[in-house]
Amino acid sequence: MARRVRTPRVFQTIWNTQGLARYLFLTGVLITGVFVVFALLAPWIAPYDFAQRSVDGVRFPKLAGASGEHLLGTNDQFYDIFSRVIWGARTALLVVGLSILLSAVVGVPLGIVSGYTGGWFDRITVFLMDALYSFPSLLLAIVFSFLLRNAIGGGILAAALSLTAIYIPQYFRVVRNTTVAAREATYVEAARAIGAPPVTVMRKYVFGNVVQSVPVIGTLNAADALGTLAALGFLGLGIQPTEASEWGYDLSRALDDVSAGVFAPAFWPGLAIIALITGLTLVGEGLNETLNPALRRRRLRPVVLTPREEA
Amino acid sequence: MRPDQDPVIEVEDLAVHYRLQGGALARLLGLETRTVKALDGVSLQLGRGEVLGVVGESGSGKSTLGRAMLGLAPATAGSIRYRGHDDAEAQLVSAMSPRALRGLRTDVQMVFQDPGAALNPSMTIERAVGDPLVVHGLASGAELRRRVHEALERVGLSPVERFASKLPADLSGGQKQRAVIARAIIMGPQVLVADEPISMLDMSVRAKILQLMLDLKSDLGLTYLYITHDLASAKYFCDRIAIMYLGRVVEIGPTAEIFAAPRHPYTQALLAAVPDPDPTRMLPRDLPRGEVPDAAEPPSGCAFHPRCPAAFAPCGWEARDLRDQLERYWAGSGLADYESDARVVGDLGAVGTHRDGGLRISTRDPDAAAALLDRARAADVTDPFWRGVTGWRTESDGVRIDLAPGQEPRLRVAPGGEGRVEVACHLHDPSVSHADTPGP
Repeated sequence: MARRVRTPRVFQTIWNTQGLARYLFLTGVLITGVFVVFALLAPWIAPYDFAQRSVDGVRFPKLAGASGEHLLGTNDQFYDIFSRVIWGARTALLVVGLSILLSAVVGVPLGIVSGYTGGWFDRITVFLMDALYSFPSLLLAIVFSFLLRNAIGGGILAAALSLTAIYIPQYFRVVRNTTVAAREATYVEAARAIGAPPVTVMRKYVFGNVVQSVPVIGTLNAADALGTLAALGFLGLGIQPTEASEWGYDLSRALDDVSAGVFAPAFWPGLAIIALITGLTLVGEGLNETLNPALRRRRLRPVVLTPREEA
Repeated sequence: MRPDQDPVIEVEDLAVHYRLQGGALARLLGLETRTVKALDGVSLQLGRGEVLGVVGESGSGKSTLGRAMLGLAPATAGSIRYRGHDDAEAQLVSAMSPRALRGLRTDVQMVFQDPGAALNPSMTIERAVGDPLVVHGLASGAELRRRVHEALERVGLSPVERFASKLPADLSGGQKQRAVIARAIIMGPQVLVADEPISMLDMSVRAKILQLMLDLKSDLGLTYLYITHDLASAKYFCDRIAIMYLGRVVEIGPTAEIFAAPRHPYTQALLAAVPDPDPTRMLPRDLPRGEVPDAAEPPSGCAFHPRCPAAFAPCGWEARDLRDQLERYWAGSGLADYESDARVVGDLGAVGTHRDGGLRISTRDPDAAAALLDRARAADVTDPFWRGVTGWRTESDGVRIDLAPGQEPRLRVAPGGEGRVEVACHLHDPSVSHADTPGP
């Protein structure tokens, strides 16, 4: 019931934000929205499948220029670049979304339990998370994708899981710290005073008051995760070309062609990466500015006084 | 408390100590950490159906006492016994498991000081008030809804439909406190611990909330522990009053008796601090000097003695009292005096405890130090501190100051008056010599 009351308020807050933040946010939403449409409608937008090299038994040309059959040309693996870019949006958003979801699902409860119970459990988890956090994230992702490749192969799930591992500490930290603050709040003591067991206190009283920062971290992480995913693909550790279309992989294949003077195979996946990262960052920063009361500036709406009717 | 009844809650020698964290270095090296004695040997009984007021300044331990009664603050020593019905077996609250404590909460409930903080900001009033029933599995569905509405109506949040779906942020302070009270009474408790329930409310709302609590008491047969720093509301609301100072009860008795004839100097000071509407009275009041001392290092003997105008020999004088005394003397003396004295005793670091008892000032110039004591005494000979000093003599490397032996006052029944008043003060202890006691 509380949710039903609160959600429109959040949207209202976002809508009523003033100045630059508003336009940054809306631009970000627009760019991200385009890619979401690509991802959802990939089979209908893209003329070919992402791993398709021939149509009706006729092989695609290698490194062809733009033409009616191949809007952006083909690359050195005989794939249609336009189709690869469109399908790549689906891969990117799927992996990023999955990894954000998984890291929030692990990080948030772990942070709440750790912050609320305190003591040695808290110390150990904080130590582990800090250790994880202190590694360069790309290095960590490389290690995990190595490990996971042997276990579950080089597909979308493996890529998402290796990204998950590097983002859990961020959710954990933020949620744990707000929980430590909330634990001392009177309403938490009041919850204990009515006889609520710890699990209930965490679920009903702490959770709702500490998850507010999660969407902001989520969108900011999304941009970062996309970059890491592309980097993994670029190093050949990410998703295999036959499993899904991935921009970072295509970019790395296209490097040699660039030195040979063929730019299209590198340009379009690269542009897609930059555009989506920019879009996600703008959404994240915009959300941060609107939802974080320390940064927020509200739009002033003039008060309209209805003129008194003359008798 | 009427003597023919068993008390609902019986507190005996209750102590609640908190360990202070200390600095990072101290924790690394495992050094001894200081403890704050939030409660230090409190005994009292809460009679069925009575309102017991617990009055004290901030830091006196009154809130800790309330929280300990619900088991929210763990008892370090002593016991709390709860007896739900006259013929029921007494339960030892201070030794309960967390699960048993949660069960106790259907019987003992709490109203908090800050209604704005006591309600979960993301829960509607209906869910917040009904949550105790949900948590204990006492009601659900239509039954839950009916009982929540009944409770809301009982505390005056009607029409219920207007308030049930609101979030705490949408209500005023008084309305929020009504919701907090509704949550506290929804399980039909026996005892309500009210921790300064009106101190954060607007003046105009206070009386209404107190009246609501009185109505609930007579309708539901509640027993209150009313924690407050406001004597005026305690006078209106309480049957008995316990005055607390630094984790101890210093005086306890029927409200009328406490107000008519306060016995402990601290009680007298508290009553003197109540604002007086008499416009002709312009004289400054005799408020206790200084501040409430640090609870991690309470004064020895009677904890109130450094501030007490009536303190005398056995009250437990110690080195810091002498330091305070010298500082007060310097505050009134000239700068030249201070500078020459400071050469003798340093920055009071020279004042310490003598290994054979009493105090000592270590200095290379014992005669100057003795002269300083003479001057300080002459400057304020009526100060209670000098009643504890039996004499001083110079030694080779300092001055030795002899003190009367200090004792801790115990709560004992005060003679005279109506009703049973207990007071912890040497002034009212016949076994202590009152030869040098100042006139009352």
